[in-house]
Amino acid sequence: MTPGEPIIRWDWLASHVPDFLAAGAQHIELTVIAVTVGFAIAFALSLAALRYPRLEGAITGVTGTLYTIPSLALFSFLVPFTGLGVLTSEIGLVGYTLLILMRNILGGIRGVSDDVREAAIGMGYTSEQLLWRIEVPLALAVIIAGVRIATVTTIGLVTVTALIGQGGFGALILAGMLTFFSTEIIAGATLSVALAVLADALLVAVQRRLTPWTRPA
Amino acid sequence: MPEQRGAQVEFRDVTKRYPDQVAVDGLSFTVPAGRICVLVGPSGSGKTTSLKMVNRLVEPTSGAILIDGKNVFDEDPTALRRRIGYVIQQVGLFPHQTIAENVATVPRLLRWPRARIDARVAELLALVGLDPARYARRYPAQLSGGERQRVGVARALAAAPPVMLLDEPFGAVDPIVRERLQNEFLQIQRAEGVTALFVTHDIDEAIKLGDRVAVMRGGRLVQFAPPGELLARPADDFVARFVGSDRGLKRLALLTVGGADLQPLDPSRVDGRAPRLAPSMSLRDALALMLTHEAEAALVYDGDRYRGVLTLRQIGHMIRTEA
Repeated sequence: MTPGEPIIRWDWLASHVPDFLAAGAQHIELTVIAVTVGFAIAFALSLAALRYPRLEGAITGVTGTLYTIPSLALFSFLVPFTGLGVLTSEIGLVGYTLLILMRNILGGIRGVSDDVREAAIGMGYTSEQLLWRIEVPLALAVIIAGVRIATVTTIGLVTVTALIGQGGFGALILAGMLTFFSTEIIAGATLSVALAVLADALLVAVQRRLTPWTRPA
Repeated sequence: MPEQRGAQVEFRDVTKRYPDQVAVDGLSFTVPAGRICVLVGPSGSGKTTSLKMVNRLVEPTSGAILIDGKNVFDEDPTALRRRIGYVIQQVGLFPHQTIAENVATVPRLLRWPRARIDARVAELLALVGLDPARYARRYPAQLSGGERQRVGVARALAAAPPVMLLDEPFGAVDPIVRERLQNEFLQIQRAEGVTALFVTHDIDEAIKLGDRVAVMRGGRLVQFAPPGELLARPADDFVARFVGSDRGLKRLALLTVGGADLQPLDPSRVDGRAPRLAPSMSLRDALALMLTHEAEAALVYDGDRYRGVLTLRQIGHMIRTEA
């Protein structure tokens, strides 16, 4: 920041709206891919853990360890193998969603009351029908809560991928830092936070929509 | 409408052994088609385990359970369960499904056509006293405990099973609601003609609902008899204590005024406080009425027709005599 310059230059903001939109599109894209792929993997791992309880320790061990690696270190570590690009970003981002998503998927399914399960089996549900028609729908609220946390976390982490040439709004922050231009840093950070808040609200609405039975009459 | 489609259920030397205990020990009895058999006993007596072997939620160590002569252990468990109604104490309604969807559970598993399912759901909700227009689209959380229990019974009956199993279904509701649910259950069971196996630890409920009562203790069948016989001739001290020292009074609830040996006295010679009784009234209610009127005797009328006099002395005699 050069002396005498205001913290925020509104005229700069006004003239860079197309850049913000492009950054936002990339931010959303990186997030959606990460959460979607992460969810698919976490769901498959959860089913495996439910069917083969012995696997669970190993699976949560790996996802837990992934979760503890500092993001900067992980992305830097991956670059020599997968290069600077979307793939590297997504490998890292997906890795971070697994622990959160799996814990909520497993917790949600295990949280289904035993009475409900016994009634279903006693009336002739096969184990597959029990899973898809009873356990998963009833776990939905908890599962979506996990998706919310994973999404908000991912939106924050996407900014870090600016360091490997991605980053969405993170690229604004990084550029601002390199050029000591506070307006751009603030714009990137604010937009990233706004996106997280928006995504969270959207997912709350989706959850309400998908679980009408949890609404009061 | 009361088509007789209940099935006979026979336990043949059924034993369930766990590593550390024998839960059910050589259980044998037969429930006639279309009747209610109540399994009663203290906790740990093996009554719930016995029930769950019928729909194979528990596999026996040895023995056979026959439904209309076919051994359930030779059948595919899933197909078997869809032919057996099942009600548990906590009801186990599916919270994410509407009342109509809950009731439709087994018909949907059996892939009934939509129109047939809808008609059956409406019929059953009406049968258990829940207006389909008001209740069909609600969720279980929006119902009272008694209403949920009614839905549980409707759901168990949805695919018109020949046999239904009820595991302490009315245990979690208050006494007033319980009594109403019991009365409704008796009507519904008769209307549907279904054979019912009913588990309870409440001997009064067993006597009220059972055509047969199976008293269990420590995994063994101690006595299997109609309720009147159970009260009149308990097989041993355990049963006698279990049915209670007031078993004579309880038995009165099973006997009617019309069945008593009425005395053909002239009604004008009877004390003016004497209440009038209908022959269909239970002797227990008759006794209560006579005591509140402080009357030694009561006049029995069948409509307008005078039938005779019932005296307190007679009732006392019936409490004391066995049989």
